Amino acid sequence: MIRTLALPAALLGWATVTYGNRALEVMNPALLPTPGEVAAVTVALARDGSLARDVLVSSGRIVAGFGLAAVAALALGLAVALYAPARLAVEPLVEFLRPIPPLAFLPMFLVWFGLGETSKVAFIAYTTFFPMFVAVTASLLRVDVMLLRAAASLGATRRDLLRRVVLPAALPGIVVALRLGFGLAIFVIVGAEFMGADAGLGNLIMEGRVFFNPAQIVMGALLLGVLGSLVNGLLVALERRALGGRALR
Amino acid sequence: MSTVTDLVQWGLRGASLPRRRALALRLGVVLAFLALWSLASGLVVLLGLFNPIFLAGPWLVLGKVWELALSGELWGHLGATLERVAVGFTTGALLALALGLPAGQWRAVRNLLEPIVEILRPIPPLAMLPLFIVWAGIGETSKVAFITYATFFPMFLSTVHAVQQVDPLLLRAAASLGARRPQLFFRVVLPAALPEILTGIRLGVALSFFVIVISEFIGAEQGLGYLINDGRNFFLVPQMLGAAIVLGLLGYAGNALVVRLGRHWLRWERP
Amino acid sequence: MSARVQLEGLHKTFGVDGHAAPALSDVSLEVHAGELLCLLGPSGCGKSTLLNIVAGFLPPTRGRVLVDGAPVTGPGPERGVVFQEYVLFPWLTVAQNVEFGPRLQGAPAERCRAIAARYLHMVGLSEHAAKFPVQLSGGMKQRVAIARALANSPSIVLMDEPFGALDAQTREVLQEELSRIQRVEHKTIIFVTHSIREAVYLADRVVVLNRAPGRIKEIFTIKLPEARDRFAPEFTRYESEITRLVKEEVARVHE
Repeated sequence: MIRTLALPAALLGWATVTYGNRALEVMNPALLPTPGEVAAVTVALARDGSLARDVLVSSGRIVAGFGLAAVAALALGLAVALYAPARLAVEPLVEFLRPIPPLAFLPMFLVWFGLGETSKVAFIAYTTFFPMFVAVTASLLRVDVMLLRAAASLGATRRDLLRRVVLPAALPGIVVALRLGFGLAIFVIVGAEFMGADAGLGNLIMEGRVFFNPAQIVMGALLLGVLGSLVNGLLVALERRALGGRALR
Repeated sequence: MSTVTDLVQWGLRGASLPRRRALALRLGVVLAFLALWSLASGLVVLLGLFNPIFLAGPWLVLGKVWELALSGELWGHLGATLERVAVGFTTGALLALALGLPAGQWRAVRNLLEPIVEILRPIPPLAMLPLFIVWAGIGETSKVAFITYATFFPMFLSTVHAVQQVDPLLLRAAASLGARRPQLFFRVVLPAALPEILTGIRLGVALSFFVIVISEFIGAEQGLGYLINDGRNFFLVPQMLGAAIVLGLLGYAGNALVVRLGRHWLRWERP
Repeated sequence: MSARVQLEGLHKTFGVDGHAAPALSDVSLEVHAGELLCLLGPSGCGKSTLLNIVAGFLPPTRGRVLVDGAPVTGPGPERGVVFQEYVLFPWLTVAQNVEFGPRLQGAPAERCRAIAARYLHMVGLSEHAAKFPVQLSGGMKQRVAIARALANSPSIVLMDEPFGALDAQTREVLQEELSRIQRVEHKTIIFVTHSIREAVYLADRVVVLNRAPGRIKEIFTIKLPEARDRFAPEFTRYESEITRLVKEEVARVHE
C-alpha cells in the first residue's frame, strides 16, 4: 500500500519543488530540472534513436562482464570449497585485492585494454568477480555438516553428497551472490562509461554534464534506477520460482 | 579432494591447519605472487612482448610509492582524500542516524521518508555525481556532498531495520522493570540495535572509499584518485598501481578501525 | 511488600471478527497477598495470555485486573516478570542486568551495586557478576532473571513457565531455590506451568484451566508443609488427583 503510493508521492514532491523553484527562483531554475523537462529530453533522445542505442550498449557490457565473472566465480568457488589447500592459497590474494576500491583500477584497464569494449567488459568482470566469488565460497562452506552426516548414513556416495546435498543446500546463498554481483555491475558501469566512452547510459549522463543539461543527467539516472529495479525484480521473481520458500529474505 | 570420511567429519571446511603451517602457507602464497609478477614483467622486457611500461614489476611500484612518500608528495594527496572521506562519511553517518533512528521508531516518520528513499535508492549513486558537479561545482563541496549522498542510503536502511527488529520481549522486560519511553529508547533500543547499525557503518566506510576515487578522477588537483588518473594521462603505470595500493591500505585501515571499535562495544556478543 | 491481585471477568479474543479465536472466557480469580499461585493447563489453554494481561503486555477484551484495588493499564515495576526465554539484556553484565531496575528509578550507584550483590548472592551467582549472558548456561541465565526481577522489589512476581526450557535436574534445583527464596521474601507469585509435579511442589493453590476457550476448571489448595518432599504419600495423592482431572480435559479435546 505504502509502496505503491511511494512513486506518485515522490513524483509529486519533485514536481512541487522544481515548479515552485521556477516560480520563486530560489535557485537557478536550470539547475533543478522539472519532470516536464526530463520528459522532453527523454522524448527527444528516444526519437533520434540514441536512447535505445545507449541502453543496448550498456546492457550488452553489463551482461558480458557479469556473465564472465559469474561463470568464473562459480567455477573457482566450487574448486576452492572442495579443495581446502586451494582455499588457503587463494584467500591471501583475495584479501589483498579486495580492499582496493575497484574503480581505482579503472584507468589501469583503460591503459591495458584501450578505450573500446574490451576494457569496459573486463572492468565489470573484475569488479563483480570478487564479491560473487567470496559469497559463493561462503555459502558452500556454510553447508551444515549434520546434513552431510544424515545423507552419508543413508548411503550417499561422495558424488551424491555433492550433487544432492551440497549444491541444493548452498543454492539460496549462491543466488543471492549472483544478485549482489548484478547490482554491482549496474553500479560501476556508470563509472566505466564516464571515462572515455562514446555510447552507453554513463556517457549520456556525462554528456549532460559537459553540455550543461541537468535534465539529461536526471533522465539517465532515473532510467538506470528503473532498469536496475526491473532486473532486480525479475531476478527476485526467478529466485522465488526456483527456490520456493527457500529463497533468502 | 575431500573424501566422504572428511566430509562427514568436518563438512566442506576441512580440517583446520596448525597455526604455524597456515601462516607459512599464506606467506608463501604472497611471495609466490610477487615472484610471478616480477617474472612476468621481466619476461615482457626480455622477450619484448609489448611496451614494458604497461606492466611495471612490483619493485617499481613499491619504489614509486616510497619515492612519493619521501618527496612528501604522497602525503598531500593522501590527506586530501582522507579529509574528503572523513567529512563526507561522518556527515552521511550522522544524517543516517538522525533520520534512521526516528524512522525505525515511528511509522509516521517512516512513511514520510520512504517515498524519497525508495525512488533514489535503486539509482546507482555514480549516476548522480555529474548532478552534484553541476550543482556545487568541481571543488571540495561536490566531492564531500557526493560521498555523503552515496553512503547515506545503506547506513539509513540498516539503522531503520536495526531499530525495527529489536526483540519486543526485551522491551517488555524493561517496561516491567519500570522503564519509561526515553529510557526504553536509550537503554534498550539503542544497545540492541547497535550491532546492525555498526554493520551499516562498515558498509558506509567501504562505500566512501569506493566512490571517492571516481569523483577525484573528474576534476581534482589533489587526492589519490587524481594521482591515478594523472598516471593514466602520462602512462605512469607504477604511479597508478602504487596509488591504488595506498587506497587499498586506507580502506583496509578504515575497516579495521570500525571492526576494532565494534569488538570493544560488542564484546557482549562473544561467548 | 506483597499485594493482592484480583481478576474480574477477564475475556480475551485474538484476531479480527470472523476469525476471532477466544483465548480466555470469563476468568475471575483472587490471588492472596504472599501466596504462590500456579496456573496449570495444557498448551493453548490461555495461561500465558492470562499472565501477559496481568503483566500489562496485553489488554483484556473485557474485564479488568486490580492490584491492591488499582486497575492495571500497562506494565509497571510493582509487577516483576520472569520469562521462559530469560530475556536478559545481552549487552549488560550479570550484575548490570540485576541492577537495571534500581538504576531506572535513579538509585545511587553505590546502592545499586549493593542490591545487585545481595540478590546475586541469593541465587548463588556472586562469582559470575562480571560475565555477559552469552557466557552463562540456561539455568544460570534464569537465576539472573529471577534476581533481576526481585532486585526491583516488586510486590508481585509473574513467572511464565520459567523453568520450561531447562533440563530435568536443573529444573528441580531451581524449584527448590525458588521455594527457599519465597520462604524469605513472601512475594505474591503467579506461576504458569504445564508440569503437575512442579505445581504441586511450589504452589499454595493450583488453578487448573480448561482449554479453548480458557476458563477455570478447578482450584486446589495444596495443604503441604513449606519444605516439600516429592516422595511423600500426600504429595503423590495431590499429583494423581490433578493428573486425573487434566487427563479428562486432554481426552475431551481429542474426541
